[in-house]
Amino acid sequence: MAILINGNSRVITQGITGKTGQFHTQNCVAYANGKKAFVAGVTPGKGGQTVEGIPVFDSVVEAKRETAADVSVIYVPPPFAAAAIDEAVDAGIKTIICITEGVPVKDMIITRHKMRDSGAVLVGPNCPGVITPGELKIGIMPGYIHTPGRIGVVSRSGTLTYEVVDQLTKLGMGQSSCVGIGGDPVNGLKHLDVMRMFNDDPETDAVVMCGEIGGSDEEECAEWISQNMTKPVAAFIAGVTAPPGKRMGHAGAIIAGGRGTAEDKIKALEQAGVNVTANPAEIGLALRQAMKLD
Amino acid sequence: MKVHEYQAKAILRDRGVSVPRGVACFSVDDALNAAQELGGDCWVVKAQIHAGGRGKGGGVKVVGSIEEVKKVANQLLGMRLVTHQTNADGQEVKRLLVEEGVGIDRELYLGLVIDRATQKVVIMASAEGGTEIEEVAATTPDKIFKLFVDPGQGIDDADVSALLERVGLAGDHVEQGVLFVKALYMAFWDTDASLAEINPLVVTTNDKIIALDAKFNFDDNALFRHPDVVAMRDTDEEDPAELEASAVGLNYISLDGNIGCLVNGAGLAMATMDIIKLYGGDPANFLDVGGGATAEQVTEAFKIMLRNPDLKAILVNIFGGIMRCDVVAEGLVQAAGVVKLSIPLVVRLEGTNVEKGREILEKAGLDMVTATTMNDAAQKAVAAAQG
Repeated sequence: MAILINGNSRVITQGITGKTGQFHTQNCVAYANGKKAFVAGVTPGKGGQTVEGIPVFDSVVEAKRETAADVSVIYVPPPFAAAAIDEAVDAGIKTIICITEGVPVKDMIITRHKMRDSGAVLVGPNCPGVITPGELKIGIMPGYIHTPGRIGVVSRSGTLTYEVVDQLTKLGMGQSSCVGIGGDPVNGLKHLDVMRMFNDDPETDAVVMCGEIGGSDEEECAEWISQNMTKPVAAFIAGVTAPPGKRMGHAGAIIAGGRGTAEDKIKALEQAGVNVTANPAEIGLALRQAMKLD
Repeated sequence: MKVHEYQAKAILRDRGVSVPRGVACFSVDDALNAAQELGGDCWVVKAQIHAGGRGKGGGVKVVGSIEEVKKVANQLLGMRLVTHQTNADGQEVKRLLVEEGVGIDRELYLGLVIDRATQKVVIMASAEGGTEIEEVAATTPDKIFKLFVDPGQGIDDADVSALLERVGLAGDHVEQGVLFVKALYMAFWDTDASLAEINPLVVTTNDKIIALDAKFNFDDNALFRHPDVVAMRDTDEEDPAELEASAVGLNYISLDGNIGCLVNGAGLAMATMDIIKLYGGDPANFLDVGGGATAEQVTEAFKIMLRNPDLKAILVNIFGGIMRCDVVAEGLVQAAGVVKLSIPLVVRLEGTNVEKGREILEKAGLDMVTATTMNDAAQKAVAAAQG
């Protein structure tokens, strides 16, 4: 089962005829059950075409009706990305993964407000996507570094997640699912939501969390962990050396008004019993310690 | 993106938010003309730099004669203003705002930001205006009152009244304040602002509610639909290295250390800085080459980093995903051919096509130290920097 996606998911690519959407859909189709899972693409005005043998529709409603899709992944350019999320929500898609980087924050505020009571789950925007190793990859991560197993990974970053997954794989610890929640200030799933899913997932034994400066998601997750988490957790928080007031690449990675520092997050997680490492090269080892394997 | 106070006030004035009458000035003559045009017998001459803390740094002067306007404008223009938000060298003052003097009865604080947890705009108000609001937030957070605006319903008069009453306004001041806050909120919302701060918001001695200072930041992701805001950009206020980097699609932030970092991805770039520090080194910059890292970008990145006279070593840390290590390696070889590296270069490649990438680097016979893990890379870079 793992979380969010599996080999039985039926996926729509929104923005499939664009260069990015097409390229990554090809790679996802080539991974595990991808060929079976990627059932439709959507680009307004391009209905009737095919990409990699995948039928393209004008709208998500049409694509869902024709293919019974239940997941959507979005590669639509930033000015139109929030509208693409809205369209997927309105069509009744329940799991929406938005890869697009650079979506205006105001658009996301409006979209998040509109989808509040829809029952739909959003991952991202500005994220690498979700992978359930050996089953399905939806997003831009390199599939081959992953290996099926029982460790959950949740992260705000892309390449740092790959680094962690690579460490886990080399230590012989496969992954149940890896979820990139994205680096934007207003987004869908937060650390806490994904942590809860992993805690409930019978196929996950332990969780690695990669946070970074900015906001208070990690603190809120720590609070939840201290009350509810039954599985070992290891964490790394990026940005101990980041200066205040500077946006460190990700729109959400900024220490503002003295809040969102790495120190605060590390302290909160440690108090919640999470094994936090200060060394990004030893996140895998930190998880082994948390699981009392060493 | 940040703008100057006078620009923020122009945005506010256009949208019906009360601000003092004032004129932006680029020379002493401008300042004299402005003061004469404004009339009266009291003016405020304010240095325009993006950094906060201008008052304490000596960049804001209240004057009572035209001669004084001239004297102060002369003093301020061209000076390097040092505040707690600038570096030790300060920021050169090239623009002034000359405003009519305003009699102050009371100073309040008003701020708007995006609250990430509730995913709403939050309006913050405090009776402790004028001072450092960070200090109020840290020492007496109970003195800051908040109003979260529902994006569906918009701003509600009764809620704003209640907020203003909590910070001590009453009667007509509340009525004026509601109009002020609503117009401010609309200015924030319409321009895709990420922060608006009115500190202080004042009640004048003749009972007017007015923005004595104004600070606006904007969401970079939304600038494409605000050419009027983009036109306000003042590149003199930006770090030259950061500016140069952004022109070639690199995300670069200058830091105080001596080990240059070139990394793909923001999270990994921060983690690379952190691990350098962990092993006793000091990162000279944050640099995210993003998903591309072409030979041109790597070359530019090297050039920008090498302009820092303190630089003692460069650490390249790439985790190839979609970006293949062999392509990165070719970029590094080309860049090293163009830029004569006089300091040690440590390269760690991992991920897609890593074997091919390492082979390319070896064959090129470049003078570089290769590393396998992040631990290895950071230790080698720190050792190299310590020489």
